[in-house]
This record gives sequence, C-alpha cells and structure tokens, in this order.
Amino acid sequence: MKLHKILMAASMLFATSAALATPATDELFARYKSEGAAGFDAERGSKAWAKENKGEEGEMMSCSTCHGKDLGKEGKHHKTGKVIQPMAPSANKERFTDAKKIEKWFKRNCNDVLARECTAQEKGDFLKYLLSK
Amino acid sequence: MQTNYKAALLAVALLMSSGSALAEENFWLWLVNFSRQKEVKPVDNKTYKDECGSCHFAYQPGLLPGKSWAKLLDEKALADHFGEDASLDKETLKDIYDYTLANAAEKSFYKRSRKIAKATEDGDAPLRITEVRYIKRKHHEIPEKMVKGNKDVKSLSYCNACHTKAEEGIFDEDTVDIPNYPHRDDD
Repeated sequence: MKLHKILMAASMLFATSAALATPATDELFARYKSEGAAGFDAERGSKAWAKENKGEEGEMMSCSTCHGKDLGKEGKHHKTGKVIQPMAPSANKERFTDAKKIEKWFKRNCNDVLARECTAQEKGDFLKYLLSK
Repeated sequence: MQTNYKAALLAVALLMSSGSALAEENFWLWLVNFSRQKEVKPVDNKTYKDECGSCHFAYQPGLLPGKSWAKLLDEKALADHFGEDASLDKETLKDIYDYTLANAAEKSFYKRSRKIAKATEDGDAPLRITEVRYIKRKHHEIPEKMVKGNKDVKSLSYCNACHTKAEEGIFDEDTVDIPNYPHRDDD
C-alpha cells in the first residue's frame, strides 16, 4: 500500500516533468487545435524529427543535421557553421518561451528540410517531443 | 592676404571636386560631420543584430549599397536566402529593411563604406559582399589555401573567421589573424 503510494507520487512527478510546458507552448497547442489538429504525440514527433529527407542539393537531411543527435547539446548549422543552442528545455531555459520565435523557425526549418511548411499536427507533435527532453 | 584667400578657395574647390563626387549633395554635411571614421559603422540595431546574427555574422549595413539591401530584404527573396528560408514577419522585416537602407554604404560617412559605395555606384546591385569590386581587390592576394582550403575559414563570407574585430566594424589589416597561418613578424 505504502509502496503503491510512493510509486504513484513518483510517476506523477515524472509525468509533470515530462509534460513540461510554457505559456508560449500552451498558446501554440491551443492555436494548432483551433486549426484542426488534435492528440499531439511525442513519439510521432520523435520519428518525424529523425526522418531523413532529400535536401535541396540532393543530400539527405533531417532535423538532426543541424540540431545534432543529442538535443541536450549544442548543434551546428550545416552550411553556415553557426552554433545552435541546445533544443532540450532541460539544457536551455530559453527554449520554447517565445511563440513568435517558435513559429518563425518552424516555418523556415520545415521549408529547408521538408521543402514545405509543417502542418499544425506536425508542429504540435514536434513540440510535444521536444518539451519532453 | 588676397593670395591666401585664393589658395583657400582653391583648396576647397579641389576638395569638393576630388573626394566627394559621389556625395555631392552631402558634401557640406560630410565636411562638418565629426563622426566620419576610417572603418565601417558597427551594427547598432538590436532587431538586425538578433535576427540576422542568429544565422550568420551580422554584416554591417555599410558593407553594401542600399540597392543591394533592397534586393536581399524583399519578402520573396528572403524565403530563398542563399538556399535557406530566412522568412521574417512583416513588422520585423520592415525594421531591418529600414535600418539597412538608412545605414547603407552610400549613406555612411565611414571611409570603407564610401569606398564600397563608389565601387558599386554603377551596374547591378551585388547580392554578396564578396562580389563588391573593392572587397575583391582587398582580398585578391590571399592564396586560396588560406581561405577555401582552410578548414577554419572556408569562405570569404565568414568575415570574423580572420577579422578579429569584424564585429566592431574594424577590418584593418593589423587586426587580421588567419587561422592555421600564424602571423609571423619579419624580425
């Protein structure tokens, strides 16, 4: 009984830390829902994040091409070499605190990697995935 | 006294006809402007610095003429900015556009900017700073192995790879330090 309670408390703690959110992401999730998306899924986000697509010059690229394999570490832009701060909110407190900035980079990066803009569903899935890091 | 006066007049006339053909309407402004400098005006706009500098070296607006900035900072052009999508929302883009146009090479009193303005006066607007004749000439003698073939430089586009004070708008030869090619004094 006692153990059960501790486990419950532990899992709740885990759940709250995994479902981390910021006012900015709350705003975006609401917006994506209003655009028809629902049931955002970190797992789906993770798969899409790692999926390789053919880039503009025929090279294979995914989100990791610039953000790196370890989201807790810095990434590096594949062309300009510019250092990209870690994507994981656990490693970078600034991440996902500005809705406008998030949307700006979704637009640019989806266009660069997928050659199209991302749907509201895809963006929500990505956010769910990244927020869990 | 009279000859002195004539000499002074001649000096002014010479000054006007030589150095300032480009900025005729600005000559008097230029003459009384105490902020004219040798180099390039450093970036002093936060939006510009944040937005442009988040992807690459925040090139000073005085490194290109206004006609180039106008071409580069067009909404459509930015969606394919040298192969990258660099789209900005309308408001931010307007800030940046206005800032670059107001501080473009031909609007600047800084010496290097005036040279760039002169070099780009005629012909098509260059889209790259490395296409400006003055910039090309200044880098002409540097062997390819030190730039393209240098893993820590790669291209002339990365100003601050070698120009240690590029961010301050200083591109003087004395401040250059080419990675993997240590500066050797002659003595």
